[in-house]
Amino acid sequence: METGGSLPRPASPPGQVAGEQVHWEGLEETPEFKELVRARWRFVAPATVFFLAYYFALPLSNGLFPSVMRTEVIGHINLAYLFALSQFIVAWLLAFFYIRQATRVFDPLAEKVRQRAARGR
Amino acid sequence: MSITLTLFLIVVGITLVITAWAARRTRTTVQFWAAGRSIKGWQNGLAIAGDYMSAASFLGIAGLIAFNGYDGFMYSVGWLVAYLTVLFLIAEPMRNTGKYTMADVLAYRMSPVPVRSAAAFSTVAVSAAYMMAQMIGAGSLIKILLPDLDKNLRPYFDWAIFGTKLDPSIALVGLMMMIYVIAGGMVATTWVQIVKAVLLMGGAILLSLLVLFYFNFNILSFFDKIYSVKDKATGLPFTSPGILYPYGKTTIWGVDKALVENVSLGMALILGTAGLPHILMRFFTVPNAKAARASVAWAMGLIGSFYIMTTFLGFGAAALIGKANICAQVVAGFKCAPGLKPNNNMSMPRLADFLGTHFFGTTGGEFLLAFIAAVAFATILAVVAGLTLAASSAFSHDFYVNVVRTHIFHGQVSEGEQVLVARVTAALVGLLSIWLAAKTGATANVAALVAGVAFVIAASANLPAILFTLFWKRFNTWGAVASLVGGTVVTIWLVAVGPGWTLPAVAHPEFPLQNVGIVAIPVGFALAIIGTLIGDLFKADRLAEVKFHEIDVRAQTGVGAEASPVAV
Repeated sequence: METGGSLPRPASPPGQVAGEQVHWEGLEETPEFKELVRARWRFVAPATVFFLAYYFALPLSNGLFPSVMRTEVIGHINLAYLFALSQFIVAWLLAFFYIRQATRVFDPLAEKVRQRAARGR
Repeated sequence: MSITLTLFLIVVGITLVITAWAARRTRTTVQFWAAGRSIKGWQNGLAIAGDYMSAASFLGIAGLIAFNGYDGFMYSVGWLVAYLTVLFLIAEPMRNTGKYTMADVLAYRMSPVPVRSAAAFSTVAVSAAYMMAQMIGAGSLIKILLPDLDKNLRPYFDWAIFGTKLDPSIALVGLMMMIYVIAGGMVATTWVQIVKAVLLMGGAILLSLLVLFYFNFNILSFFDKIYSVKDKATGLPFTSPGILYPYGKTTIWGVDKALVENVSLGMALILGTAGLPHILMRFFTVPNAKAARASVAWAMGLIGSFYIMTTFLGFGAAALIGKANICAQVVAGFKCAPGLKPNNNMSMPRLADFLGTHFFGTTGGEFLLAFIAAVAFATILAVVAGLTLAASSAFSHDFYVNVVRTHIFHGQVSEGEQVLVARVTAALVGLLSIWLAAKTGATANVAALVAGVAFVIAASANLPAILFTLFWKRFNTWGAVASLVGGTVVTIWLVAVGPGWTLPAVAHPEFPLQNVGIVAIPVGFALAIIGTLIGDLFKADRLAEVKFHEIDVRAQTGVGAEASPVAV
């Protein structure tokens, strides 16, 4: 049984730290790893910018264009409520696309790096 | 009222039995803190939803909508969108590099002593702020179930601690919850959270259907009725934004203050979740990154569905009962008993009472009230257990074991000693939150409180530290400590000198905003960067940069991730 107190990996003597550093930097330099990082950021960066922009558009337009947002679309359901509701749909869709991308693209690439690490480069 | 109380106690009793049963199944440290790392994605998704949806979601948002209309719904939106931050940036890297707590990830690159101490500090602050709101929520339920309790106990609580008289209901139920959580081995096990999430969804679906049934499933006539509810101060219909923070009244920094409040609130809502210690801990219970991802997807489905239902719950209470009649005791015709002040945290239970009475008669009202109150109570108890676990593990695992006993007083720490420290921490955090709850007052909205304090600390202190540890090569111990301590202190200070949530509102606070995120969150990130640059000047922390390569590879790929005993 573990009693806590241990770091995720045991403390290593200085020489070993240098050796390990070479190991990890080596993995960082592999084409598979570079491709994984590039693929991930290519999705995550624009998706993050988009969801932040879309989200803050809601309070901003409520505050800046109140009369437009109070426009009633169906019965007394107004634009402000429909915009808020659309945030749920957008969040679910983005999550769906991320997970699909992760399963199709990121996971196989990560697996390649893990195999390389297991072979000891 | 006796039927209500009896039924309430039965439902709560069943929950407690399940908790006790789950407690007995927990044996080792890895089981205790990380459920053996063998939880399936969907189970963990339910558990995240259970951990996340507290009194703030179940009682608070409905109350904000019932009292302020549309503006309250902004909380629902933000608290779902927040999960995109978690999904895109946090969940998988955390699973790949972490062990038990948030600080484990930070201590990977940084000097363990300062960074674990700082993380323990911010974690305890977030937990106490979060728990304060749960105490107020639980107190509100007790005030409905036993309306005379406050009056009868007042003589025994007629003393002040640092100038604040404790609220009898809150103090009593808070102490009982803490005793239960601490004596029960502080389990916030996955199964407890799952049971609670199912109860909570069930309660919300039932009430939403009844609201819709009241309007013959005609959404348009439901909205007609909401539109007919007008805010007294602004004259706006409840469907319209601008009631909670009225637009065009005052400006701050040359911008409409209401707009600044709403944007500031939004920042706390969508950035705070990714820094909540008790949510981050959930990602250490799954076997791998893929399961972490799946659990976020499940959680988003459940949480989002619940938050859409707050439309029916909150607007339903506004349209059917009305703000003026939501309080601890009602007389014939659903009017507030004389002399009582409305309390928005009671909107959900009152709505249950109203709908039950409308459809099934007086007994039906009592039953439904008891059921919803019990679900809310189980919700609060499960969240208090989760928060207690986060706070006490941060203190006992991160600070006591890894700092005090490993680096200051060397020695092996027995499990018994560790558990004792965890229990003492839990008790202290519990007492602190009961006092804070009394200071804030029982009528402060619990969702506004959680979003206004706990989420801001999480976003300004924890989030920069986590993000930069994972993704910024030059980040070092100085930066991490600066954001963890600085973000926490700045947030607490701004809230303390700001208008706060206590009624009546402070006339001229030193800081004008209720939601301090728009200042505190950038300050937290700036402190992380400035601290790093200062640390760089002294060349104090070479290891942080060396270790970056390791955390980079591990976070992205899961090489060498803490294994699941089952999956290996």
